Amino acid sequence: MLRSVGERFRLTVNGVPTEIEASGDTPLLYALRNDLELKGTRFGCGTGQCGACFVLIDGHPAPACDTPVWSVAGKTVTTVEGLGTARALHPLQEAFLAEQAAQCGFCTSGILISAAALLAKNPKPTEDEVRAALDRNLCRCGSHNRMVRAVMRAAAEART
Amino acid sequence: MNTVADARLVRAGSLERNPRLSQWLRLEHDGTVSVFSGKVEIGQGILTALAQIAAEELGIAVERIRMVTADTSLSPNEGVTSGSLSIQDSGSALRRACAHARALLLERAAEHLGVPVSGLRVEDGTVRAGGRSTSYWQCADTALFDRDVEDQALLSNAPRKHRVVGTSSPRRDLPDKIAGRPRFIQDMVLPRMLHGRVVRPPHGFAGLDSLNDAKAKSVPGVVAIVCDGGFLGVLAEREEAAIAAQRALRSAASWKEIAPLPRDIHAWLRENAIDHRVISEKSDGKVRSREARTLTASYSKPYISHASIGPSCALAHFEGDRLTVWSHSQGIFNLRHDLAMALAMPEDAVVVRHAEGAGCYGHNGADDVALDAALLARAAGSRPVRVQWMRDDEFGWAPCGPAMALELRASLDPGGNIVAWQHDLWSNGHSSRPGRSDQPALLASWHLASPYERPPAINMPLPAGAADRNAIPLYDFPNQRVVNHYVREMPVRTSALRSLGAYANVFAIESFMNELAQAAGADPVEFRLRHLSDPRARSVLEAVAARANWSAWTPGEERGHGIGFAKYKNLGAYCAVVAELAVSHEVRVIQLVIAVDVGLVVNPDGVRNQIEGGAIQSTSWTLKEQVRLGERGIASLGWEDYPILKFSEVPAVEIELIDRPELPAVGAGEAAQGPTAAAIANAVENALGVRVRDLPLTPERIIAAIERE
Repeated sequence: MLRSVGERFRLTVNGVPTEIEASGDTPLLYALRNDLELKGTRFGCGTGQCGACFVLIDGHPAPACDTPVWSVAGKTVTTVEGLGTARALHPLQEAFLAEQAAQCGFCTSGILISAAALLAKNPKPTEDEVRAALDRNLCRCGSHNRMVRAVMRAAAEART
Repeated sequence: MNTVADARLVRAGSLERNPRLSQWLRLEHDGTVSVFSGKVEIGQGILTALAQIAAEELGIAVERIRMVTADTSLSPNEGVTSGSLSIQDSGSALRRACAHARALLLERAAEHLGVPVSGLRVEDGTVRAGGRSTSYWQCADTALFDRDVEDQALLSNAPRKHRVVGTSSPRRDLPDKIAGRPRFIQDMVLPRMLHGRVVRPPHGFAGLDSLNDAKAKSVPGVVAIVCDGGFLGVLAEREEAAIAAQRALRSAASWKEIAPLPRDIHAWLRENAIDHRVISEKSDGKVRSREARTLTASYSKPYISHASIGPSCALAHFEGDRLTVWSHSQGIFNLRHDLAMALAMPEDAVVVRHAEGAGCYGHNGADDVALDAALLARAAGSRPVRVQWMRDDEFGWAPCGPAMALELRASLDPGGNIVAWQHDLWSNGHSSRPGRSDQPALLASWHLASPYERPPAINMPLPAGAADRNAIPLYDFPNQRVVNHYVREMPVRTSALRSLGAYANVFAIESFMNELAQAAGADPVEFRLRHLSDPRARSVLEAVAARANWSAWTPGEERGHGIGFAKYKNLGAYCAVVAELAVSHEVRVIQLVIAVDVGLVVNPDGVRNQIEGGAIQSTSWTLKEQVRLGERGIASLGWEDYPILKFSEVPAVEIELIDRPELPAVGAGEAAQGPTAAAIANAVENALGVRVRDLPLTPERIIAAIERE
């Protein structure tokens, strides 16, 4: 049941009011990557099971591959590119660099999104809470412990 | 896999094939140095380590090094980025090339400044004598490096004080990746680019029976449906349209029936071997006569998926009769060779450029999707085409790490020493990479209307080996026989996956060492040391036992610890692992303590990252992973059917690096795979008193083992 091509949807992406022209069933992922040229959100599985395409929708992490554009009309979407500011990376990104918390880096964007949602809700998480918050994100290279350390570091630095 | 830690080579590393100095580096006008390597970044951090080696030998800051992305029209041909050989192959070549370049530059500088070389002071490429100065960049001209690398005289082998090598230089690619900037091949966009997707049979290859493409054609934005024999593809203006058309086309295609897969793949492997090669034989009848007790045990390993988070992707563009392909292949020259063959083009009409992909752990779908993109680009006229596989394409069609069956047999003397050892293994070949056969090793080429024949997976020769990698034990056994039973027929397409046969061979050898230690009433660490004379091997075992407090372990209910050890390929890194775990309804690995010796450590944090990542990936393989086979092919096509270790299941990992700056640097990427598996299996036995010999160590397998006892 394809909707007609060329509907217009208004939403806010990384703080900027944005209009997307697409069929309403278009997964948000392709609108972000191909229409808005925000390539940081990545395709991993297309079924919301790996977390590589996570974005914040009104502050909640959600898979962009499984979210039709019509469903985000009027909402606020934050991608990895919108975590920091034009001038500075988000403290989580700084912490990921400090811990060298990646190998291939393909899952990193989605994990940063999950971690940002966690810290917004719970600025002083325990290590177990960090792991639980990242459990919907898959990493294949085995960089998990580095990423957990980086999230703990960002949380600790925010308190000092 | 290059099997090149090879004594035949006259010249170090990749200099054999790429002897010209100008193939390796070029001084730029802006005070940087461009370094060319044929090795590629696959998430392992190699470009950072190679930049450190170049900076060290040139005596300049590492920030001045620009690593040029590998490209068949620019880069030295260094074969495949595989086998943990990049530090050996490319690193040793670059080290010599840069040492030679530095000597040439200093000769020139000495001429300019009118003093002998011994009177020069050099700092970060600026050369001073008396009150005058020049620089590398002022001394270089295009002709200076137009000569063969003199690789012998310039290097001193004595340990020396390193400046850049040995430091944890941060990864050069991570700032982009952590900021979410476009960096992966999946992020590339070319002007007027079309999106392509491919439709393959639902299972193991069968010919196309019938196709009705009307529904796919009617998807808005579809530009073309491509059908060449059993190769089906779609081209669309938008990516989601290509995906919708792929789905429509898939449901409209029917395929001929094919023979079902064997039900018990391990029994099938043992029945279908066609070549039985004795790869090690030692005999001492006098010692054998002391045999008092003989044990045998069978082990197995399933097919394993690469399961990279990012599916394979490629871009291709025809301009007249010339083709450019962007690929995350591990071997761009070999890929070019097979692409040219499959497309019936001259090789010099094809350029393959590397672009970074998601984590790569062996021969995945990268090469195959490049041919998919090229075939669709040929149908797209002058428009470039981007093809990305979907998740089920990746699980269903990328080659798998081969299933293996193993049988071990050993005899103890009355004193508890192993006097005889036999190891038999049954496996398909572990490499079906491109560039090695007179048939293209690229998936789509076997499905075309004029198909090529699929070449069988092969094994590279020892000492590195493939199915038999690490099958010859490092222990000192007076009687020994190791047999590699090669199975040519491939029910499931197999190729290289991280550590090849070493994962299963080390799992089996090190599990069996524990079974023998138990029979001998010996501590597993002491029992290993009893049979091991190699001093570096002893050191890593002793280091890991000390770090893990092995002898102070207090047994607890449903808790266990276990050890595993190997010298990767019997040529590379030494690695010993102690696993500590708890077993309730399933195995939870709490901690891995690892000692590793890679010789000279080029980048300590890089080595730690590789070892830790390898150990965690091996924990995932060992506890959870098996490709599920249905009637006719791979049935585990998504993450729900192929679960991997999650954040909450990942153990703590502690690593002790034994730095040996006087010894050559070897790779770290694959050393932990086998030892981790064995350490976990031994810890499960320690916790429960039952031995599980078939991977993965799932709750069902453990319960079955308990019920058998």
